[in-house]
Amino acid sequence: MIERRSRLVRILAIEIPILLVVVFAIAPYAWMVLTSIRPDADLSTFPLSYMPSQVTLEHYVTLLQQTSFLQNLFNSLVIAAGAVVVGLLTSVPAAYAFSRFRFRGRQVLMTQFLVINMFPVVLLIIPLFVLMRNFHLLDTYFGIIIGHSTFAIPFAVWMLTSYMNGIPREVDEAAMMDGATRLQTIRLVILPLLMPGIVTTAIYIFVTSWNEYLFAMMLSGDHVRTVTVALQLFIGEFTVQWGLLTAGGTLVAIPVTILFLIVQRRLVGGLTAGAVKA
Amino acid sequence: MTQTRRQLLPFYFLAPALLVELAIIFYPVIQTTWMSLYDFVLFRPNNSPFIGFGNFARALADPVFWLSLGNSAIWIVGVVALQFLLGLGTALLLNQSFWWRGVARALVVIPWALPSVIIGLMWTWMYDYNLGVINDLLLRLHLIATPIAWLARPDTTLPSIMLALIWQGFPFFAVTILAGLQTVPAEQIEAAEIDGANAWQRLVSVVLPSIAEVLATVLLLRTIWVANSLDVILVMTGGGPGYASYTLPLYAFLRAYSGMEYGYGAALSLILTVLLLAVVYFYVRRVSRAEQTT
Repeated sequence: MIERRSRLVRILAIEIPILLVVVFAIAPYAWMVLTSIRPDADLSTFPLSYMPSQVTLEHYVTLLQQTSFLQNLFNSLVIAAGAVVVGLLTSVPAAYAFSRFRFRGRQVLMTQFLVINMFPVVLLIIPLFVLMRNFHLLDTYFGIIIGHSTFAIPFAVWMLTSYMNGIPREVDEAAMMDGATRLQTIRLVILPLLMPGIVTTAIYIFVTSWNEYLFAMMLSGDHVRTVTVALQLFIGEFTVQWGLLTAGGTLVAIPVTILFLIVQRRLVGGLTAGAVKA
Repeated sequence: MTQTRRQLLPFYFLAPALLVELAIIFYPVIQTTWMSLYDFVLFRPNNSPFIGFGNFARALADPVFWLSLGNSAIWIVGVVALQFLLGLGTALLLNQSFWWRGVARALVVIPWALPSVIIGLMWTWMYDYNLGVINDLLLRLHLIATPIAWLARPDTTLPSIMLALIWQGFPFFAVTILAGLQTVPAEQIEAAEIDGANAWQRLVSVVLPSIAEVLATVLLLRTIWVANSLDVILVMTGGGPGYASYTLPLYAFLRAYSGMEYGYGAALSLILTVLLLAVVYFYVRRVSRAEQTT
């Protein structure tokens, strides 16, 4: 009896409220996907019918065949991958320095990487636009990758430093004792141990770059337009064609959702810069 | 290895990151500061007189600046407070054990992963006057008698966009607070239970105090993010109708981007930065302390 009552209490006090939260969290997403797979006829009747009269992929076909969306997806992929490469190449050595050396200015330099991550984007975006224009980097992959590095590098430095601190120094010392040079120690001992951290950081940079809108809009033109910018332009152009817009939204959202679900548990510690030990 | 080389060694490793940051962050920030002192308009670059603090004086006399600042205050307080409460509630629920907890946790995180453009797109579609699901549901439930043009009415625009941002941001609070909750020792809670504390008393006098550090850090971090964020507003309304959904970063951006008034836009974004400095200071102090103790 008590057993059954406590089960009922648990359903009422925990499972139903959390079910409501889950519904709130995924309903807009679900509605977007549901809109994208129903025929146009469904999308112009009010009151709405919640179930599609038939399932169709016509919006996806139109989007990929008659717009530049496939090219935009490719551009976003190149830029996000580039941001990952630039972010990791610069921040892995920096994290090594912060984690393995105690030197004058260490605290100040670490703090400044944190502070610059808090700067408003509007503070950077205008002069970066002018800078890119002067170097003829507007509307190039490289220009946008550099723009995205403004947030990728500081984040990656902190995330990787916190990971690297988790690798005991005795590991380095043992390798050096066995006659390995510093670079050999890094390459053969530290990097393999750091791999989970590197993967998490890489995925997070990829997702933020893929999702980013302001830099991509300011720094791109017709040539390297990303999906987020293209989608925003479509909103202006095809406001009545919600099937097309939601199909685009779904195509952009699905890869990042999957990537994000893979790393989200490990992200918590890094994003709060060590304040929360996940 | 000589003494000097040993001292320089960490800087070799730091050099790539520092050089890139110097070029793409410090140089732009200095340039913004410099631009804010000139009447710099993009399409007449050769006629940009130095006006000292003229742009800042102009802001103080600009009614749109004050309106944007007021909207920013509503935006930050409303969004952060509700994200926090919803996130805290979700975290407390997810900290209980039930058989589908892993699935619930994963699904709750989803809004956080999405790009602002998609958030703007899906919520604009749901708020649609003629075909939006929100009007449809409210009509079916007889909560409203006629459809509401959520994003076109000055009184509903800002709250409507705020709801979209609350939706996007509460998962971050939920998972970080959950991580904090999992470090609270079970014995403490049990001890309070034996002493006769009810669930609410246990929450207020045992659980919340022991995660106070985490709560403070997350609140500060989120305040900074929300204060700076302008892309969802830009996508959903572009600030309209009129100035009803202008916030300070959006106003700075639009002045510079659409108005091409870089000098004035730079001054506005510096004002935003200075206003946020106090929050950034407390956040950075907290996190640096935490880093030093590890």
